[in-house]
Amino acid sequence: MDIEKRLLENDKRAAARLISLLENRDQEALEILKKLYHHSGNAFVIGITGPPGAGKSTLTDKLAKSLRKKGKTVGIIAIDPTSPFTGGAILGDRVRMNELSTDKGVFIRSMGARGHLGGISEATASAIKVLDIYGVDYIFVETVGVGQSEVDIVKNCDTTLMVMVPGLGDDIQAIKAGVMEIGDVFAVNKSDRDGAKRTAREIDMMLDYNKDAAWRPPVKMVVASENQGVEELLEAIHEHNAYMKESENFLQRRIQNSKNEVIELIKERIERKILDKSAREEQLVIDSKRIAKREIDPFTIVEGIVGNMDIV
Amino acid sequence: MERPIRVLVAKPGLDGHDRGAKVIARALRDAGMEVIYTGLRQTPEQIVSAAIQEDVDCIALSILSGAHSTLLPRVVALLTAEEASDILVIGGGVIPEDDIPFLKEKGIKEVFTPGTPTQTTIEFIKANIAR
Repeated sequence: MDIEKRLLENDKRAAARLISLLENRDQEALEILKKLYHHSGNAFVIGITGPPGAGKSTLTDKLAKSLRKKGKTVGIIAIDPTSPFTGGAILGDRVRMNELSTDKGVFIRSMGARGHLGGISEATASAIKVLDIYGVDYIFVETVGVGQSEVDIVKNCDTTLMVMVPGLGDDIQAIKAGVMEIGDVFAVNKSDRDGAKRTAREIDMMLDYNKDAAWRPPVKMVVASENQGVEELLEAIHEHNAYMKESENFLQRRIQNSKNEVIELIKERIERKILDKSAREEQLVIDSKRIAKREIDPFTIVEGIVGNMDIV
Repeated sequence: MERPIRVLVAKPGLDGHDRGAKVIARALRDAGMEVIYTGLRQTPEQIVSAAIQEDVDCIALSILSGAHSTLLPRVVALLTAEEASDILVIGGGVIPEDDIPFLKEKGIKEVFTPGTPTQTTIEFIKANIAR
């Protein structure tokens, strides 16, 4: 398959195969992405994050449908957790998006987090570029259900949508550091439930306290399953995009994201170089036994390994 | 790096429950595979479209409604039309023994009826995927 040529011709199979190869760290696939990288950067990338069961997939489905009605094409990358024990995963986000499956203007890809923390997978950044080159107008990146500190999504998108639901905790949760800080737009989903207004008020109070007032994230009430409030939410997302572009923050964020991408890639390479050698794996087990028995400390072991690798 | 096998588990047709599909999805997960689960009442078109976007190695179709002789061959035919016939297609569920030869003739590589140990299915997938 001539992936390079077919990807530029808007071929779904080529895009799908290239994402798989990148997920599996295939060097040839990386060469293709290097060659085509300058074709990316045109799609509006929207991160969708929030706790498990908040309705991220359902909301993504509704936002995508609304954009399709406006004639826009949409890519969706949905990440679900990978088992730390078997490496297996159940990727179930498509269940909420079945009607989009046969829509020619939509490309949905499920990804396992594959051991990466932070709410997305190691290859998510590359998958975003592939869909961008493939040529969609919008890309939604739906994170795994997050807790309090998985903020990597913000490093990969232009606008971050934080999806909250009523009943998860009191206002002290809203002022904690971490995920509550990364939303450019907030949605209170399942807002037909008790406590929705209170949840919205608590988020509002938290946001009013922020000193940087140039962009005050709006808090929108939605019921994704009933398609209520989705248009208003989409409008808010577009308003944020317009604000970013007018204020040049759009470019600033992309520069920051590129910097983060480089740092991430360096970390991955170093980690792989040190840990992906089978001989080292055996040694690591031996060393770990010694550490557990307190015959040696972990710091000495690390100094031994990193020193030998000649990389610092 | 060893790559996880990707399997689409889908329920074509109008079945009302997916306990069996969920059991197999869970078993494949525990065998280290990435299972894309698409839920109930899928058309063959939706299944094939999802399989291509997800770049899966295998499609596992669970069906209880009796419409297997129509829906399962239709999935294989659509895959062939999309030049994606390298994807392994297997079936499972309430399927009479008499219907199995017909399904195999139509390109469903194996059919697993109730009582099959999940390990049998796992081993079959591992041994028969194209990549």
